[in-house]
Amino acid sequence: MFDLLDYIIFFGLIGFSIVVGFLAIFWKRAASLENELEYGLAGRKFGTVIVWFLIGGDIYTAYTLIAVPGLEASAGGLAMFAVPYVVLVYPLVYIFMPKLWNISKKNGYITAGDYVKDRFSSRSLAALVGLTGVVAEMPYIALQIVGIEVLLSSMKIPITLSLTIAFLFVAGFTLVSGLRGPALTAIVKDVLIWAAILVIIIVVPLRLGGFGTIFTKAAADGLNLKISPSLEIGYVSLALGSAFALFLYPHAFTGAISSKDSTTIKQNSSLLPLYSVLLLFVTLLGVAAVVIIGLPYTSANSSYAFPDLITAEFPPWFSSFAFAAVVIGSIVPSSIMALASANLITRNIYLEYINPKASSARQSNVSRIMVLVVIIGALLFSFVPAASKQILFLQTFGGAFVLQTLPAVFLSLYTRKMNKYAIGIGWFVGLVVTVIMLIQMHFTVSFYKYFFGMYVGLIGLFINLGVIGLITVIMYLTKSIKNEGTIDNNDLIAK
Amino acid sequence: MKVINMILLAIPFAFLIFGITLYNRTNPKLGGFPFFYWFQMLWIFLTAILTSIVYLNERKEKNKTVS
Repeated sequence: MFDLLDYIIFFGLIGFSIVVGFLAIFWKRAASLENELEYGLAGRKFGTVIVWFLIGGDIYTAYTLIAVPGLEASAGGLAMFAVPYVVLVYPLVYIFMPKLWNISKKNGYITAGDYVKDRFSSRSLAALVGLTGVVAEMPYIALQIVGIEVLLSSMKIPITLSLTIAFLFVAGFTLVSGLRGPALTAIVKDVLIWAAILVIIIVVPLRLGGFGTIFTKAAADGLNLKISPSLEIGYVSLALGSAFALFLYPHAFTGAISSKDSTTIKQNSSLLPLYSVLLLFVTLLGVAAVVIIGLPYTSANSSYAFPDLITAEFPPWFSSFAFAAVVIGSIVPSSIMALASANLITRNIYLEYINPKASSARQSNVSRIMVLVVIIGALLFSFVPAASKQILFLQTFGGAFVLQTLPAVFLSLYTRKMNKYAIGIGWFVGLVVTVIMLIQMHFTVSFYKYFFGMYVGLIGLFINLGVIGLITVIMYLTKSIKNEGTIDNNDLIAK
Repeated sequence: MKVINMILLAIPFAFLIFGITLYNRTNPKLGGFPFFYWFQMLWIFLTAILTSIVYLNERKEKNKTVS
């Protein structure tokens, strides 16, 4: 049972990280935070170490720490898809992001929408890309909140009230400190999470007689330690699709673009794969949970695998520490996600359609209001009962949507021949097809029943690309093709 | 980007995506880890090494053109 001291540890650590978020306003001080670049991108001056924490804080979140062991405990090897997913992300980051950084720096872009707007001379396409990002981001923030609900309920803390208070504080430090807030908190988060996970991953196998025994016992309990052959295509397509989707999410894009130079991004793509070891560790904790607690974990209760394991094997004060670390692991990404979404709404909708003359100070204030709106929206979304089911798949739905912006953001770095209408129609068809497939699967799983059980997002992307290809060929044959957009050719096609 | 660097960055995809039928197995085990687990874990490190090589290649190239 948790006593007073345990609650002091729990709330003390969370309180501390929120205070750090507020104090971040003084960090790498700018003349003024009443400026969209300083507020939303922290002046684009983060070096390799900070970007490591920031992107790490973005990707390896509370939701990951809860959902991945949960999926492992209920479905076995399928959960390992997270490893190829986050490993394959980095070669892609290495290829796309330095180029996007150079173009963004040169032209003062803050969001992916800013780039798309100039690239295709189309503010509508920019708004579509921006809105897709925001729509995909909302459930992602909600999942962070859902992820820590199970911890709160494990600790017998009133859920709705404490979540609401906690996330209003998150909104608070985000709108005070801008991107500096989550960046500084990310350091606290990483220290605590790595400390907690390393202790757990060393102590648990020692208690249970080593990893070999854990795997053997889990297999004897009926846990599948590989995947069914019928899931193979689904497995790799989900890993690949998610890898392509990740840096199309506003929060990951923002993290990378806040680097001080493109070398910072390249160094991080070399270093960040190592962070994925953490994912492997938590997957193993899912296996260990099966051994300690036993099967069956089902999709309904799988989120409890991680807290169950910790409360069963560790004294309450350590559980409080580990749970606090995970809660802070939800605060950091939620803050960046809210901020990145707010930037998109401000830059690509407010500035384009509502108040084109808004000053940079005005933009940063609109962005502050939007942070609050996005966080309240995500809180409401997280209280929808459907959001508490198999939370891992919910995230892959968002990934499927954001994947449809790949031609506009990544592919457009390599050719000028694609027309804005081709991209827009491809986006629309890809999105509609994705939604239809998800409806057919009753929004329970992101593998489609046809196409060898492939990830719906990737099928959508193939159709999206097919439509773009077809329109481009027709335009080529009718000789109506031309170079698009205002971005300097040297920046785009060359290197 | 040079062809050799593109190839280096493509290697993890070749193994992790197209190699699925080869690594979707539990044996041979390594340190008690089923093949499915340790093979994918191995690629965490190999990918970090491959991207680092590409980074160092590019840096060398850049220094050469500057001097």
